[in-house]
Amino acid sequence: MKKYGLTLLIFVVLHVQEVCGNTIEVCQTCPLKSIKEGIALASDYDTLLVKKGTYKEFNIIIDKPLTLKGENYPVIDGEKKGEIIRITSDGVTVDGLFLINVGVSYTTDYAALRVVKSENFVIQNLVLEKLFFGIYLEKSNNGKVYHNKIIGDAKDEYNSGNGIQLWYSHNVSVDRNIVQGTRDGIYLEFSDNVTINNNSSTNNLRYGLHFMFSNHDVYTNNIFENNGAGVAVMFSKHIKMLDNTFRKNWGTAAYGILLKEINDGEISGNIFEENTVGINIEGSNRITYSNNDFIQNGWAVKVLGACYANEFKNNNFLNNSFDISYNSKLNDNVFDKNYWSDYTGYDLDKDGIGDVPYRPVKLFSYIVNRTPETIVLLRSLFMDIIDFSEKVSPVFTPDKLLDANPRMKRTQ
Amino acid sequence: MLKILKYSFYDLVRSRWSYAYFLFYLGLGFVLLFLNNDVSKAIITLMNVIIVLVPLIGTIFGIMYYYNSKEFTELLLAQPIKRSSIFLGQYLGVAGSLTLSLVFGLGIPFLLYGLLRSDAIFDFSLLLVTGAFLTFIFTALSFNMGLSNENKIKGFGYAVLLWLFLAVIYDGLFLMSLIVFEEYPLDTFSIVATTLNPIDLSRILILLKLDISALLGYTGAVFKTFFGTQQGFFISIFMLILWTVLPIWRLIVKSKKKDF
Repeated sequence: MKKYGLTLLIFVVLHVQEVCGNTIEVCQTCPLKSIKEGIALASDYDTLLVKKGTYKEFNIIIDKPLTLKGENYPVIDGEKKGEIIRITSDGVTVDGLFLINVGVSYTTDYAALRVVKSENFVIQNLVLEKLFFGIYLEKSNNGKVYHNKIIGDAKDEYNSGNGIQLWYSHNVSVDRNIVQGTRDGIYLEFSDNVTINNNSSTNNLRYGLHFMFSNHDVYTNNIFENNGAGVAVMFSKHIKMLDNTFRKNWGTAAYGILLKEINDGEISGNIFEENTVGINIEGSNRITYSNNDFIQNGWAVKVLGACYANEFKNNNFLNNSFDISYNSKLNDNVFDKNYWSDYTGYDLDKDGIGDVPYRPVKLFSYIVNRTPETIVLLRSLFMDIIDFSEKVSPVFTPDKLLDANPRMKRTQ
Repeated sequence: MLKILKYSFYDLVRSRWSYAYFLFYLGLGFVLLFLNNDVSKAIITLMNVIIVLVPLIGTIFGIMYYYNSKEFTELLLAQPIKRSSIFLGQYLGVAGSLTLSLVFGLGIPFLLYGLLRSDAIFDFSLLLVTGAFLTFIFTALSFNMGLSNENKIKGFGYAVLLWLFLAVIYDGLFLMSLIVFEEYPLDTFSIVATTLNPIDLSRILILLKLDISALLGYTGAVFKTFFGTQQGFFISIFMLILWTVLPIWRLIVKSKKKDF
């Protein structure tokens, strides 16, 4: 009993200390004029309050559990000399700073803020500009990246970095961030159980979101717009993507999402609007696509080989140049109860389901898959005629690829 | 020549058909813009119409006018007027009035819906220029058909067949050859095959100017590097001019030799 009491006492004392840590002020007229001095002086669980002003510092290392808090967005100017802040301790909170001028290097990935092998960090309300890498989490788990604004001015892929990068970092929540003008907006590699919600990743040079080898992650309510190549997700399992918006990823090699080797996922409630290719699927199995809206894409869904047991249910396909493109005759995917704006069938029994099956693969898209050069005949009268004749009696397109219960009205 | 041109032109401009044609485009333009109110999207839809309809109307109108005014032509031939100026005058009258209907019919609604304020003005003028070229080309072709065939039915049939060939069958052959020779590099072939057909050439020229060109992918990139350059643009304009001049030249030569 006594032993337990002692443990409890130590626990309470530690917590009291954490709550009541001292506050140290840093400002241009205070005794402490630089953040580095402040950190050196502070003891564990203190709060370092940085007042408004410009601090020309770089390579600030936070090696104890501190709260670094800015008042009225103080500017920390790295003067392009290197990394600005590096966190190497557990339990660090960084809040309300304006980080600017990160160094650019071809050998080191300088970041505005880097977290190295630390746990329980909170990074919030930061504004990052003129950066190389933005927020870089390296082997750091159980943290939170909340409400940051990252504005890059990337011009070339080779000398720009990513907005938010997670590398071997698990159980992290990335929420309400705004990332624009970087190379990849949000980049994940080997990071499991990450939740990415309510972010907006726009106008990035390469991908809005890019992740590889990261399993059990959830993405909801994010907006990915006008990125060089859209969103790329590769080699991951058990991914959930819900209620995201993928818009205006328009270019010869741009996609709403590129899925490669993604298994057992769920993609539902998303909006794909005005992308060259809404979803480009390669080698992805057992994924459920439901309640998505595909609006005015070049290709709504492009399936390239080895995709089995996928289900497309209750989606809306509205005014896409091609609804589905398929490159094999074998079909193991299910299309059911979708709404297709190109559907011309009828519904005599008025149950809201068309009486004639819909075949989403047009002959032209089949031919284009076989011989890509034939795309030059896009919008030629001849193509409309053969598409029509194929619709009446399918000869070339996979005859089992059909939606047996096409809806007459758009699902809400 | 100018007098005959003037006569044909006024005759046509006053005719019901010109009005119908003009009103058709006017209605089409207004409906399109009313439905989606987006100038650049309306241009895509309009392109489909122009590529198919303008050549067809040019052909049918040309051949009909040629046969209808045959007696008048014979009357004129009895006068001391150069043959070339008779036929050229008639031809320019028909093509000119059709082009006028097209330009005004589409121009008025687009102007009213704020074309000048949108950045689609260049695309739109390209659309009208290619439309005008197609009118001139197909009217000239149909006059040729008329001149070569005394039999109305035959002439009419050949003219429509020619339209059908260039608008549909040519693309079919093009597609077949692309599929048959898919093992070979086809970039140069497809560029050449496109430039040889005025309808395909106009289609590609307009497509490349629009957003939709992103769908063309790799092939589109090859096309863009060719047609996007000044040289490519001049080559395509040159081809369109050649397509206009050659039938006119044949029209003049043939009319000089023909025994009426």
